[in-house]
Amino acid sequence: MAQITLKNLAHSYDPTPRSEADYALKEMDHIWEDGGAYALLGASGCGKSTLLNIISGLLRPSHGRVLFGETDVTDAPTAARNIAQVFQFPVVYDTMTVRENLAFPLRNRKMDPGYIKARVDQIAAMIGLEAELSRKARGLTADAKQKISLGRGMVREDVNAILFDEPLTVIDPHMKFELRTQLKSLHREFGHTMIYVTHDQTEALTFADKVVVMHDGRVVQMGTPEELFERPAHSFVGYFIGSPGMNFFEAEIAGAHAIVNGVEVPLGATHGPVPGRTRIGIRPEFCVLDRAGGLPFQIRRIEDVGRHRIIRGEVMGTEVNITVPEGTEIAADATRILFAPEKINVYADDWRVAPLGEEM
Amino acid sequence: MDKTLNNKAWFLVAPVLVLVAFSAVVPLMTVVNYSVQDTFGNNQFFWAGLDWFDQMLHSERMWAALGRQAIFSAIILAIEVPLGIFVALNMPKKGFWASVCLVLMALPLLIPFNVVGTIWQIFGRVDIGLLGYALAKLGIGYNYTANAFDAWVTVVVMDVWHWTSLVALLAYAGLQSIPEAYYQAAKIDQASRWSVFRYIELPKMQGVLLIAVLLRFMDSFMIYTEPFVLTGGGPGNSTTFLSIDLVKMAIGQFDLGPAAAFSLMYFLVILAISWVFYTVMVNLDKAEGK
Amino acid sequence: MMRSPKQALVMTLYILFLMVPIYWLINMSLKTNTEILGSFTLWPRDLTLDNYRTILTDPSWYMGYVNSMIYVVENMVISIAVALPAAYAFSRYRFMGDKHLFFWLLTNRMAPPAVFALPFFQLYSSVGLFDTHIAVALAHCLFNVPLAVWILEGFMRGVPKEIDETAYIDGHSFGSFFVRIFMPLIASGIGVAAFFCFMFSWVELLLSRTLTSVNAKPIAAAMTRTVSASGMDWGVLAAAGVLTIIPGALVIYFVRNYIAKGFALGRV
Repeated sequence: MAQITLKNLAHSYDPTPRSEADYALKEMDHIWEDGGAYALLGASGCGKSTLLNIISGLLRPSHGRVLFGETDVTDAPTAARNIAQVFQFPVVYDTMTVRENLAFPLRNRKMDPGYIKARVDQIAAMIGLEAELSRKARGLTADAKQKISLGRGMVREDVNAILFDEPLTVIDPHMKFELRTQLKSLHREFGHTMIYVTHDQTEALTFADKVVVMHDGRVVQMGTPEELFERPAHSFVGYFIGSPGMNFFEAEIAGAHAIVNGVEVPLGATHGPVPGRTRIGIRPEFCVLDRAGGLPFQIRRIEDVGRHRIIRGEVMGTEVNITVPEGTEIAADATRILFAPEKINVYADDWRVAPLGEEM
Repeated sequence: MDKTLNNKAWFLVAPVLVLVAFSAVVPLMTVVNYSVQDTFGNNQFFWAGLDWFDQMLHSERMWAALGRQAIFSAIILAIEVPLGIFVALNMPKKGFWASVCLVLMALPLLIPFNVVGTIWQIFGRVDIGLLGYALAKLGIGYNYTANAFDAWVTVVVMDVWHWTSLVALLAYAGLQSIPEAYYQAAKIDQASRWSVFRYIELPKMQGVLLIAVLLRFMDSFMIYTEPFVLTGGGPGNSTTFLSIDLVKMAIGQFDLGPAAAFSLMYFLVILAISWVFYTVMVNLDKAEGK
Repeated sequence: MMRSPKQALVMTLYILFLMVPIYWLINMSLKTNTEILGSFTLWPRDLTLDNYRTILTDPSWYMGYVNSMIYVVENMVISIAVALPAAYAFSRYRFMGDKHLFFWLLTNRMAPPAVFALPFFQLYSSVGLFDTHIAVALAHCLFNVPLAVWILEGFMRGVPKEIDETAYIDGHSFGSFFVRIFMPLIASGIGVAAFFCFMFSWVELLLSRTLTSVNAKPIAAAMTRTVSASGMDWGVLAAAGVLTIIPGALVIYFVRNYIAKGFALGRV
């Protein structure tokens, strides 16, 4: 087990990259702590699979180094890195039984047969395949096959990290929850570093201690689910996390106030001078409707989504969403919108600007 | 896929039935007809019952031809299938060189059988052929027209030359269908090269390999033109395979009765073996469809 | 891209093994008979196109190519035309005796042509088709139709049945659905089936020689003429051989991007 360090890492599939756009992965410096459960979240094509393959050694980065602990593994082949990886679609050895499948990584490493048996039984119990152990993997359902893949990923105890590449794509929704919970408890039990790639924010937020959000080849934020929610470091995180995403307004910042379309909006903290295109962002959860004060709001429609309602509307031409608890009365004359000042974030050219006095 | 029960589908099959009935059933009936009759010329036929079958079953000539045929098919399967797989494993997966390999490999498959025979007939001759000449220069006594062993080697090498690519192309198609993730997973599982072949590549090639074996078995069991052009069945009878013997008997000596009985038994042997292959294949399909 | 030098070596050796005999044929076709028999040379010292000229100016030679082409194309058209509906039936419906019928069809692919040579000769003679192109085309249907049905069935199984149902709901008749919607979907399958029909019809000699004498004599049979009283005319024989390779080579070149898929017969 080891801490993973990415040093000035960048990757381009083009052997002679000319501009930044040629990079699938833009330069980054990150440390992934030993024993952490990380989720790598982003839309498809943002570079998250590229990053994962670089960590697993299936891809050699064109720039920078990868370190496992103190060892530079940039040029080490996959087998030498001692990691496990679970792929998007089930990879099972069709002609082997489920037991042989699970034992395969251990057998290749010449482990003691007694240990292998015990370990396989343990893993099988965990993924719920004890009954199928002596069946051939061919002919099992996609669900079961993916469970085998997961099991094979977890069967080795000494791995540096376990990487999951959207592993629950083919799994039934109700099984998804169960397996994710399993993974989580496995993590608690064995303390492996786990990196979980997904484009599903629910998956990411429920699985990980730390979520790494990627956008356009860049890691835009690495933080706890709470941090991502409260203080998105980039407007993309604001949009991508949360449902619906963050509301943004073009604004001018003046100390502890923002001026939106000539209306003064109080901020929770004081900001220094902010360069570039400035906007303020506020989560729908922290907006309230009122009869007076704030900004003018026009209701377009109201959606019921289970435990809360989403009010969709407009503030002076900008689309705005508000989330209110189920059963909240919406007054007919509520035509103004108020923001919780301490929940407002300020953005300059899409990046969050910390207020004066906040620790970075 | 669930199929609907619909007996009107027979209408769709009808054209094939009519055509195949015309080109297979009628001739086959003719063969059956000959096989139970005897003739003294002048188109006068006599009922001969199963005499011809009985005679053929006790004919050393037929058993010898069958033996040669079985040995030949066994040898070429034993060479072409592993060699074809080996070549497929070494083929470039994509890009310019993959196309070049594919085109060049497919070439022998589209050469008319007699030209294949001709090519090797020329190639192996000691006076004008590169192979024969080179072997002679190396001091190896080689003459496929006089020495039975040399003739066999030449016929086998010719068939390997002609058909290995078919096996290789089928195997290659099977390999192409393996997602990259399988190889990546194998790397992570620290599987050896042999394990990758045994547990990933071979299972994925299984279906197409069965087709390859079936095709190669059937076609090698029916081989006629290539050895006929190359050796004419000789020297002596050493490369007289079943088809060559049959044509000799039917058209050369006009022994219609025995030839017909021989034909039917020949056909039945192929049918029986092919049926086994076919059943295995269908069962495999089913197992995979699960 | 070659993955490793070892692989490049294996492929080079294998391709050399395939190409050298063909090279030798081409080499001989460009030599005079004197050179062929007189001295052993790795390439033609005395390059000549006379052998090709002989073939291309003599109708009894070049008509052999025309004849072969005619029956090969006829066979391709007939085989595909009858195989399409049958393959559709096998891929979509269960009907009485379907499995037996399918296997029976395949058995015809397994029938040794040698068994059929004589009965074919008598059959086609009795219906007055002896020495016509269509006789050979029909005879080759014996092995090409089952193969075409089998290949097309494989490809058709890959087309979801919902497409058929949607088309009927949209008001297509069976005919218009089949021609306008279904056939374009399995175009590659039709191409593969046509390729195999071409291949097996083009390379077959036993039946085509038995069923023809003058008017429809295939090139392959014409080649046996080079054996004459004055010995073998090796140069012309080689040239004729080279010319029979060209159509196949052209066909392969055009389908080069589909070869791998095609050889899987839609069953991978």
